[in-house]
Amino acid sequence: MSWVLVLPIAVPFATAVVAYLARNAPAGRWISLAGSALSLVVSAMLMVAVLNEGVIAAQMSNWQAPFGITLVADYLSAVMVVITAITGLATAIYALGEIPEDTEKLGFYALFQVLIAGVTGAFLTGDLFNLYVWFEVMLIASFSLLVIGGGKERLDAGIKYVALNLVSTLVFLSGIGLLYGVTGTLNMADLRGAVAEADNQGLITVIAMMFMVGFGVKAAVFPLFFWLPASYHTPYFAVSAIFAGLLTKVGVYALMRMFTLVFVGDVGFTHEILLWVSLLTMFTGVIGAAAQMDFRKILSFHIISQIGYMTLGLALYTPLALMGGVFYLVHHIIVKANLFFVAGLAKQYAGGTDLNRIGGLYKSAPLLAALFIIPAFSLAGFPPLSGFWAKYLIVKAALELNYWFVTFVSLLVGLLTIYSMTKIWGYAFWKPHPEGYDPTPDRAPARVTRAMIVPIAGLAAMTIVIGFFPEPFVQFAETAANQLLNPTDYVETVLGVQP
Amino acid sequence: METLTALTIGAMTAAAVYLMLARNFMRFLFGLVLLSNAVNLTIFVSGRMTKGAPALVPYGADAPIGDVGNALPQALVLTAIVIGFGLLAFALALAFEAYRRMNMVDTDEMRFAEPKEDTSK
Repeated sequence: MSWVLVLPIAVPFATAVVAYLARNAPAGRWISLAGSALSLVVSAMLMVAVLNEGVIAAQMSNWQAPFGITLVADYLSAVMVVITAITGLATAIYALGEIPEDTEKLGFYALFQVLIAGVTGAFLTGDLFNLYVWFEVMLIASFSLLVIGGGKERLDAGIKYVALNLVSTLVFLSGIGLLYGVTGTLNMADLRGAVAEADNQGLITVIAMMFMVGFGVKAAVFPLFFWLPASYHTPYFAVSAIFAGLLTKVGVYALMRMFTLVFVGDVGFTHEILLWVSLLTMFTGVIGAAAQMDFRKILSFHIISQIGYMTLGLALYTPLALMGGVFYLVHHIIVKANLFFVAGLAKQYAGGTDLNRIGGLYKSAPLLAALFIIPAFSLAGFPPLSGFWAKYLIVKAALELNYWFVTFVSLLVGLLTIYSMTKIWGYAFWKPHPEGYDPTPDRAPARVTRAMIVPIAGLAAMTIVIGFFPEPFVQFAETAANQLLNPTDYVETVLGVQP
Repeated sequence: METLTALTIGAMTAAAVYLMLARNFMRFLFGLVLLSNAVNLTIFVSGRMTKGAPALVPYGADAPIGDVGNALPQALVLTAIVIGFGLLAFALALAFEAYRRMNMVDTDEMRFAEPKEDTSK
């Protein structure tokens, strides 16, 4: 059964090699596109296998767990892999329109595929040190993608992004070292038992906090998010969309995995901290966005505020809340990547992303305006779009626990999100263009528009489908949350214990 | 031995943090190198390898005799060193390119990616 688990990682890597060799030919971009499509097929196969058999695991090179490296997929991993492939395919199409030829020749598509491979690997691994390695694969690809194409802005952003992410990696790595010193194992399923039996529970809590800080920087939670708004508005739009969609979510995924599977000994302490961190993340993110006047900077701050909802789902730590967290994670990736895509096309039409200097898009590009409304209102949580169900589940979970303050903050942040979205709407779409020209779609070549509008429309359609038919998705999230809270299946599948 | 290693790691971390607090990006990178080595040492120590407990099987024996250290952390450290080396090489290249383009290494002065400040006030 191991090939279903290996292929979603192997396909992007193979594509990266071929795309790099073909980087000077126009074939390079089509290879990347074909590779992304193939990734989607193999991740769909993984999803089918998980739906049929529950948790599946494979031991690499037949080294039995907990000694070898294990790849494992439960519902959460499987859905994250599929959504990664979907976002990857959308970005591969979008990049056809956006990425200039000289950047392609630098190996853009190879880096992009390596990034996808790193993200997928992080979702599938069942080994802590292996997770570190995937984080690094992802990081080095993201560093290069961030600064590719050059320019002072990107270098400035790159330095801040690189510096803070490297520090977080070191915190994570030292956490791994200490945890291994205490328990003597790195297999996540094995760690669950080993951590519970450890003599020094105080030390375990300290290590748990190191993981929380390490993953917290990746996930961009308060007060560790400063690298994100400093960098996400500078690279190519295709790059910032894939970053916005996937990278921070790897941090959230890692938090969810470690704080449901391994660090559950002192939930009262660790998850209480997470709760306050989540609330502050939601609030500071949305307030930060209100102060910005750049399309992408507003969206970047909104990533932060939305991350708060996901970690809130984990922090409340009830089945319903985790279910909301998982649902939120999936919905958010689609919506956020799409908003960055829209920003890119808006720039093509109107000539910039500074809201003071663009406008008139509603009149000249009504289709784009309609396609902006869908993810924007979904982000803010309007029924019947996907964001409404995501927020509904989280708020309901908070109400069930009688956490009135949490409920209040969640709803308030939703309201302030509308403020930012209407600001973008008002400035970029409604207001006439200040420099007096009509931002007609003719300003972008037809080839560019075609390549960019297809992924935007596709992701918007997904948002609507999830919004109108939430039932299967909610049920899926429910099973995923139950697997997270009762990981007996996960542990037994990985360690090969017969039930 | 353990106390000595712990003190070494502590001293390295302290020096690293001191360097990383500087505005000069090169100093920051030097601090990062020190910190990553301190972390590598931490992992190494987690194998509990001491003078009386080598991570070796004696010549002619099939299994280790007496106290043994755990050899796995060495493999982990090796991986971490290689990855750290790659990342550092990238960071240095980035710093050089940034210096070439912006002609500065002071991270406080680098404001190119930030919104333009309103100078009319």
